[in-house]
Amino acid sequence: MIKSNSGIRKTDVINRRMFIIGSAKIVVFVGIVARLFSLQINENKKYLTLSDKNRIREWKLPPTRGNIVDYFGNVIAGNLKVYQLHIIPEQVENFNYLLVRLKNLLNLSDKRIARINKLKAELKPWDSIIVSENLSWSQFVKINNYLYDLVGVKPVMTISRNYPFNDVYTHVLGYVSQPNEQEILENEIIQERFVPGMKIGKLGLEKRLENHLIGTNAIQRYEVNAYGKRINQLEHQKGEQGSKIRLTVDTEIQKACGKLLNEKAGSISVMDIYTGDIIAMYSSPSYNPNLFLFGISQDEWQLIRNNPLKPLINKTLSGLYSPGSTIKPIVALSALENKVIDTKFKVKCTGKMELYGQTFHCWKEKGHGWVSLKNAMKQSCDTYFYEVARLLGVDRLKITAEKFGLGKKVLGDYFDNEKKGLFPNTKWKKNNLGKGWVLGETLITGIGQGYTQTTPLQLCMMTAQIANGGFAVKPKIIVDSNPISYEDAKQSMESGLLFDTDSEELLDKKLFKNQRNIKIVQEAMFASTNERFGTSYKSRIDDPKYQFAGKTGTAQVKRISKRERELDLELEQIPYKDRDHALYVAYGPYVNPRYALSIIVEHGGSGSKAAAPIAKKLFKLIIDRHDLRNKQSNFERITV
Amino acid sequence: MFQHDRLSNEITLFQKIKNLDYILLISVILLSVLSVFVMYSTDGGEILFHTKNHFVKLAVFFPLMIFVAFFNIKFWHNFSYIIYLIVIFLLIYVSFFGIKSSGSQRWMDLYLFVLQPSELMKVAIIMCLAKYFHRIKIENVNSFTSITIVLSIIIIPIIFVISQPDLGTSILIALSGLIILWLGGMKIKYFIYSFITFLISLPFIISFLKPYQKLRILTFLDPDRDPLGAGYQIIQSKIAIGSGGLNGKGFLKGTQSYLDFLPEKHTDFIFTLFSEEFGFIGSVGLLILYSIIIFRILRIGAISRSNFARLFCFGYAFAIFIYIVVNLSMVLGLLPIVGSPLPILSYGGSSMLATMIGFGIVLSAKINHKQMIA
Repeated sequence: MIKSNSGIRKTDVINRRMFIIGSAKIVVFVGIVARLFSLQINENKKYLTLSDKNRIREWKLPPTRGNIVDYFGNVIAGNLKVYQLHIIPEQVENFNYLLVRLKNLLNLSDKRIARINKLKAELKPWDSIIVSENLSWSQFVKINNYLYDLVGVKPVMTISRNYPFNDVYTHVLGYVSQPNEQEILENEIIQERFVPGMKIGKLGLEKRLENHLIGTNAIQRYEVNAYGKRINQLEHQKGEQGSKIRLTVDTEIQKACGKLLNEKAGSISVMDIYTGDIIAMYSSPSYNPNLFLFGISQDEWQLIRNNPLKPLINKTLSGLYSPGSTIKPIVALSALENKVIDTKFKVKCTGKMELYGQTFHCWKEKGHGWVSLKNAMKQSCDTYFYEVARLLGVDRLKITAEKFGLGKKVLGDYFDNEKKGLFPNTKWKKNNLGKGWVLGETLITGIGQGYTQTTPLQLCMMTAQIANGGFAVKPKIIVDSNPISYEDAKQSMESGLLFDTDSEELLDKKLFKNQRNIKIVQEAMFASTNERFGTSYKSRIDDPKYQFAGKTGTAQVKRISKRERELDLELEQIPYKDRDHALYVAYGPYVNPRYALSIIVEHGGSGSKAAAPIAKKLFKLIIDRHDLRNKQSNFERITV
Repeated sequence: MFQHDRLSNEITLFQKIKNLDYILLISVILLSVLSVFVMYSTDGGEILFHTKNHFVKLAVFFPLMIFVAFFNIKFWHNFSYIIYLIVIFLLIYVSFFGIKSSGSQRWMDLYLFVLQPSELMKVAIIMCLAKYFHRIKIENVNSFTSITIVLSIIIIPIIFVISQPDLGTSILIALSGLIILWLGGMKIKYFIYSFITFLISLPFIISFLKPYQKLRILTFLDPDRDPLGAGYQIIQSKIAIGSGGLNGKGFLKGTQSYLDFLPEKHTDFIFTLFSEEFGFIGSVGLLILYSIIIFRILRIGAISRSNFARLFCFGYAFAIFIYIVVNLSMVLGLLPIVGSPLPILSYGGSSMLATMIGFGIVLSAKINHKQMIA
């Protein structure tokens, strides 16, 4: 009985204690259910998002750049389909065999093979390796023919930048290439949209307008596993091509400029004198920007870099030249405006001028005799302008020169390689060289030598502003949101006011005190081209439709020694580097002018022989295309 | 005595089958079927290695359970100590000749399958202690000798298991042992004192932990401190469960699972997969199924005449409960990660073998619930 009692007591203890534990169990289970509830019901959204974040990965594809078109809508920077070859290592049976096959088919270099092997080691086996970025069509066909034998190889079609006019627009557009780390870090948009293989603008408008041109990435959403391997595609989100940019340039004229400067170093700029549209802007020699798309070869790069005519420099914007005699219209205008001279004022040119024991030569050794403004301009008499400059003084001259755009950037911040140039005055010399101004320096400034440095585009704008009757133009190369028509621009300009599209205000754009003075200068420039003994008389066009007015310039590259002056060498006898730069500025048609241009041929010799004839050939084309351009002006407006 | 036992032992096979606990049996079958489907899902919706093996193991161990059930509970009572000693021997064997894998040595190769003796110990210790408390007089339970003996019974296997090293299993063994001590009538103050002592010595114990174990505790406290390293498992597990929502993502549609974000999805994290695919409703359903099993075992314990059967059933019900709680708390981020499988559902032969033997003994207790054991 005792034992049995003990057994019963034990059973009681066990049961009682089990009851305690049982209650605890219920509490714990309730706790677990509560936790489940909080995770699965309360926080379901949060975890669902996290789960999608886990499994869904986005692949960005390179964005398609916006096209750049000329004024007439011709694509000058577009996109082209290119054929590429990718390898997906995990699908390859025998990697080395494949490489040998590809090496033979595509003539791959050993360096390239080594690079592919390195990439293979770095990438995940399902990531594709780009073997060739730009296969020719024949290579692409060849690969496709042998595809049965090339397991794991994927021929891919993709889009790449293309410049259909090759070297015609290089200095305007620049080019695109793979960005370096710095460029990615500096630009947030590039940073956000960057994908390997993407190209960005490296120079020119391609660089300046990067954020407009870049476009948005196409996005492919894939479901991936924990190791990042794509399992299946969920979605393809199309990217948007970058903005289309329309320029003011005319490809026909631009091409003609290229031809005219063929094998010469120099620059041609053409501008609408009312709207400020840059019609052409060519720097010679140029180079083919398409070479940079897939990495330029060392040989090709050296060829461009070492070319003595310096194709890499955009001479239109960064080339600094003494304006030579092309400055004379400004000197004359400044003197007239300051009432230093009038049309009757005459100077006797004896071929040279003495000042404080120093001799200043006129280009014509025998002298021009008594010359008035018109004759002095026509024959580009240096003595006359020495005297006028002496009477005017450099400080007053600078004020006029600056009004007409010298010493300032023409296109503002569109091109980071544009130079300001320099127009000196007494204060400038004191501040920068620490020396006092010498009167002799005023004389040579009066004929565009000395400290003065101008870019070809500045000279073009200077001429445009004389041509339009002395009004400020706002040069532009991009057709903006509200382009002003040629007629409207002319009309508003002739009312003396110009509607400024940036500030939306009517601004006084008169650059003169008395418009009669502008007219006098215009007449003198007309005489220089269209009257006998004018320096560019030989390059004139008599048909009033094309008739233009201009001013030649010959800028010395080095000081001419007395001996050289006596020798009077022919151009061919002087070493290339020592030859004068030939310049010409002009506008036309003379009646109802529309366009201004500037031409510079580096080391071309005299302006009348090397530069003015180019203008003659160009003006016909420019004016012939005027009607076409007018009809085009209301063609689609693109916002930038 | 012997004669009497023999007579009462004479239950026909038909009676045995009739006396099986069908609710428990059906629950176990349901759980087994479910486990095959879940395993099929972990294989990505194909009948691959895990599904096949799991099925084969079920096909072997489920009949084994019935086989075990058909032995009289008295038989299991009689062999309790011997079984315990055999498992101890296996633990010793493993600690010398066991198979090493990922830094621990806890398996032995039995040609047909790889056995993990520590899993068997989870059941053996309950049997052994149940027998001890069945035989000891209630007055002697708290005597010094008996305390020494029962603590030795618990500590000896733990030493072997912990040195494998396998913290998770040793904790489960300890808890299974302690519950019998509790049920057997050990003074409550002993439990309180030892709990206080445990708390006080906790910093000391932690300093003895292996670096990876410390890391697990730190990770538990703040999983985001190393989301791709130590915290990865628990973060991904929570994401999987949380994203399951009310109804779950659907069978075979658990993205976390089939895209391999879930670690250990066949074994310790099987619940995560289940919960991702079947949601809150499925998870609660599973808990209910487990609760039915536990409740049935408790009921069998309660109707058992012998204290051995009673202690075993209560102890085993508690052990099952503890396995579930530890496993779920772990995957739900309520406890640090310790390796502990979910009964039946998790892939793993030894765990299933031990569980099925346990159920078998419980069923034997049911069949023989009127059996008295001296």
